[in-house]
Amino acid sequence: MLRLETRPQPSKAMSFASPLIALAITVVVGVVLFLILGKDPLAGLRMFFVEPVKNLYGLAELSVKATPLILIALGLAVCYRSNVWNIGAEGQYIFGALGGGWIAMQAGPGTEWMGQGYVVLILLGGVLAGMFWAAVVALLRDRFNANEILVSLMLVYVATLLLSWLVSGPWQDPNGHGFPQTITFLAQTKLPRLVQGLRAHIGLVVALVAVACFWVFMFRTYRGFALQVGGLAPAAARYAGFSARSALWVSLLLSGAMAGLAGALETAGPLGQLTTFVPVGYGFAAIIVAYVGRLHPVGIIFSGFLMSMFYIGGELAQSRLGLPKALTGVFQGLLLFALLACDTLIFYRVRWRSAPAAPPTSNISSTAAAVAKGA
Amino acid sequence: MDGLELLIAASLNAGTALAIAGIGLLINERAGILNLGAEGLMLVAAIAGFAVAVHSNPWLAFAAGMAAGALLAACFGLLVIWLNTNQVATGLALSIFGSGLSAFVGIPYVSEKLGEQAQFKIPFLGDIPFIGPALFRQHPMVYIAMALVAALAWFLYRTRAGLVLRAIGESPESAHALGYPVRRIRMMAVLAGGAMCGLAGAYISVIYTPLWIEGMVAGKGWIALALTTFATWRPARVLLGAYLFGGVTMLQFYFQARGVHVPSEFLAMLPYLATVVVLVLISRNASWIRANMPASLGKPFFPGS
Amino acid sequence: MTLTPKRSLLTQAGWTVLAAAALLAGCGKKEEPAPAAAAPASAPVAAAPASAAPLKVAFAYLGPAGDHGWTYAHDQAVKAVQKEYGDKIAVSTVENVPESADAERVFRDMATQGNTLIFATSFGYMEPMLKVAADFPAAKFEHATGFKQTDNLRSYDSRSYQTAYLAGIIAGKMSKTNTIGVVGSIPVPEVIRNIDAYTLGALSVNPKIKTKVVWVNSWFDPPKETEAAQSLINGGADVLLQNTDSTAVLQTAEKNKKFAFGWDSDMSKFAPTAHLASAIINWQPYYSKAVKEALDGSWKGNSATWWGIKEGANDIIAISDQVPADVKELVAKTKASISDGSFKVFTGPLVDSTGKEVLKAGESADDKMLGGLNFYVKGVEGKVPGGDKK
Repeated sequence: MLRLETRPQPSKAMSFASPLIALAITVVVGVVLFLILGKDPLAGLRMFFVEPVKNLYGLAELSVKATPLILIALGLAVCYRSNVWNIGAEGQYIFGALGGGWIAMQAGPGTEWMGQGYVVLILLGGVLAGMFWAAVVALLRDRFNANEILVSLMLVYVATLLLSWLVSGPWQDPNGHGFPQTITFLAQTKLPRLVQGLRAHIGLVVALVAVACFWVFMFRTYRGFALQVGGLAPAAARYAGFSARSALWVSLLLSGAMAGLAGALETAGPLGQLTTFVPVGYGFAAIIVAYVGRLHPVGIIFSGFLMSMFYIGGELAQSRLGLPKALTGVFQGLLLFALLACDTLIFYRVRWRSAPAAPPTSNISSTAAAVAKGA
Repeated sequence: MDGLELLIAASLNAGTALAIAGIGLLINERAGILNLGAEGLMLVAAIAGFAVAVHSNPWLAFAAGMAAGALLAACFGLLVIWLNTNQVATGLALSIFGSGLSAFVGIPYVSEKLGEQAQFKIPFLGDIPFIGPALFRQHPMVYIAMALVAALAWFLYRTRAGLVLRAIGESPESAHALGYPVRRIRMMAVLAGGAMCGLAGAYISVIYTPLWIEGMVAGKGWIALALTTFATWRPARVLLGAYLFGGVTMLQFYFQARGVHVPSEFLAMLPYLATVVVLVLISRNASWIRANMPASLGKPFFPGS
Repeated sequence: MTLTPKRSLLTQAGWTVLAAAALLAGCGKKEEPAPAAAAPASAPVAAAPASAAPLKVAFAYLGPAGDHGWTYAHDQAVKAVQKEYGDKIAVSTVENVPESADAERVFRDMATQGNTLIFATSFGYMEPMLKVAADFPAAKFEHATGFKQTDNLRSYDSRSYQTAYLAGIIAGKMSKTNTIGVVGSIPVPEVIRNIDAYTLGALSVNPKIKTKVVWVNSWFDPPKETEAAQSLINGGADVLLQNTDSTAVLQTAEKNKKFAFGWDSDMSKFAPTAHLASAIINWQPYYSKAVKEALDGSWKGNSATWWGIKEGANDIIAISDQVPADVKELVAKTKASISDGSFKVFTGPLVDSTGKEVLKAGESADDKMLGGLNFYVKGVEGKVPGGDKK
């Protein structure tokens, strides 16, 4: 029967092959699903992998979708590497939209002198609002030991309901015939576009800059190093004097800031107003993006674009082939499942054994593997 | 307050699905497994149950829901227990996959309807003024939920097997040293928990809102997760918490129907804020939380380490 | 996660890119060369060749066509129009289009794919559609229930308040508790009009009627609709109307042995004993006209069409046999007088729920007033959520 044998050393080859294998598994299942639905599997695959990147318009749309995913995932990567489980990025995203949106709504004749620079204020507002919402989680964990997974998750609901109340009540467009939405933001607040006529906006540039900054932070600064050690080997970190408390605050504030930034970018960019449809699940999808990207800034760019292809491909498959939109969720979940399963191949070898189990492997390598895995 | 007994009845009804899912998650967490995929499990079970109910009766539908929940939970268990994947990430993947799968499978069932729904009343008890309509005119599953909670409490605190389960949740290494098959027991806990979540999901689509629409569980899986913490991992408190949460859900409509002008969004926020408050209260004393929360919750277990 | 040294990470990244590119190229090779997509800034490439090429029409639905409510009504009309025009048109539909930033991409894709007549069946698509319409001046855009129009975008709507009034007549006669209920979706003028009309209709045959309203803050949310309906019934209402898109309210009424109406589509099969009648919307007359105008070139933007019973856009059907014959007759008579214009639902003297007179005797509400209606009439309990802002 099949047995899993711990490798003496984690396999580097597998650690980058594993996302590809996971993707391959997802594609195979996808083909099977297309066949079951009676649609041409090649056409289906084309919708997901070719159409979205076919031309400049497609790439622009892809970047619009990928930007928030990448931004949020960057922050989450820091969190997860530090063993802080922020699941509430969606709520921090909403708060970022609220903060940025509120500033956008203040734009008027009095702010015209700022020109497009007003956008910077909007983004700043989003960052601060997102940080605030994450700070609540950090505070409750710091002072009261409250599990950050559940707190951050509950706060997502609170944020969603707050948004709903604001756009139906105090922030409602007085000329909007009672619909739950704010005014359409003035032209001054619109994010500058990268290419005339396409929806790609400076958010993409912001995201790429953020990737570079995060890379530097995580792999070239002392702080970043301390955070990661804290996640991998908490006891060693304590011994070295790295403060778990500051790791908590830094990672939560950072991820809150990134999620808030993403929210503000979406609101001032593609949306142009606040509605009850601001939360679209980016905060949760970004978790998958972070994992598939190996919690590494460069990897996150790829996984961000991959997830966007799933989103947009799913839309196209629906509108052009009549395939159900639910496929997108199936593929995303499947990708992560497959990835998690394939990841074990990094630490374990699959062996065919007819004899009973091999003697237990030594303590040290398996504990190290365990700690590394658990992070 | 007129209609209070009906509000109570509605709260019981609304809380039942939460209670059943809550004890399923409780079983998981007592064994040390954090299953964030509850929402996905419930959705898949909901469509499984609904699909079966369209062609036969609700009881078979419940069984189908339980089976679907257990099956999906088995995949989760395999990854998390035997391959030691990260529980949080795997649970989330399960959630997202489950909601996508259920939406996908459920497409042909969107316009289906189930047969005539029976009205239940416990004879004699159901006629007592006030208490009758409040407590004794529910679907049998409501009472089954209460029985399940009692059974679980008995199992956890009065049987050997329950003790072993709790021990595994506190220190799987010690249990392993004592010779217990930790992983197998955890897997059984995951399967049982999955079946419970499945039952809750089937209840929602077959009895509570006899329709299928994608996403119809509407976050109840996440609330059930919060419930276990809210209840400090004790079965009876899970039941109470579930009814409270169910009550708050119905309260917003109760107020509206009476012209009380509280923004419904704030009422809807109450269950979540309440959970956060409870979390804070029980966690702030580190030794309290140690006494209550299964110590190995969320951590991977490696036999031989 | 392991910390891999920088160089090997770049190697990894490089291999990943190569692998991904190979995958893409592999997939791409199998396909015929994809048609060149028109750059969005310029007008769409497809100038209509000889009249042999069918007119490409696209519809964006808010929910699933199987909801047996709002979207189902649109879908039925679309199917009818497809049959009516046969080969002259090529219709495509997209379901579950979210009212968010993603909608813009869907419309843009429809336009880029050569659809020159595009329908959006919900209010929330207004802003995205406006943006796309500006970029595709040669395409024609139709927006349901909206209030902004441009040269190539116009709005259309139906007078559902007329059939709500007729349903109210039935409700007033059938209610035993003199309390009727409405499950409201979102507090916009359309829904408030319907609540008011329902109440006015009931009051016209039963002056003791009171209406309770519960809001679910969504167009389509069956679990919440069920809870809302239950709480109305718990509060004493025994005839329910809904403004939401699913059959949950009707089914809840059935379970509690009360009455309810179908909305937007014929929902009678979902509740054999609870169903009194269905106030439906028939979009076919309008869709047929729009397609005809697009085909013969007489389509003009900048207009808002608001059709009702007279034009065949609204009707009340499947009136149950539980409704007495004299009530059915009254409904038929009132329907006829709405249709020929001799009776208008919102006619003075009309007092709102605070006692203020909003219409004097003999005065009728014009379309402008109806379009911005935001008060409850006397007989409706509670206050309009959000207060009276304007």
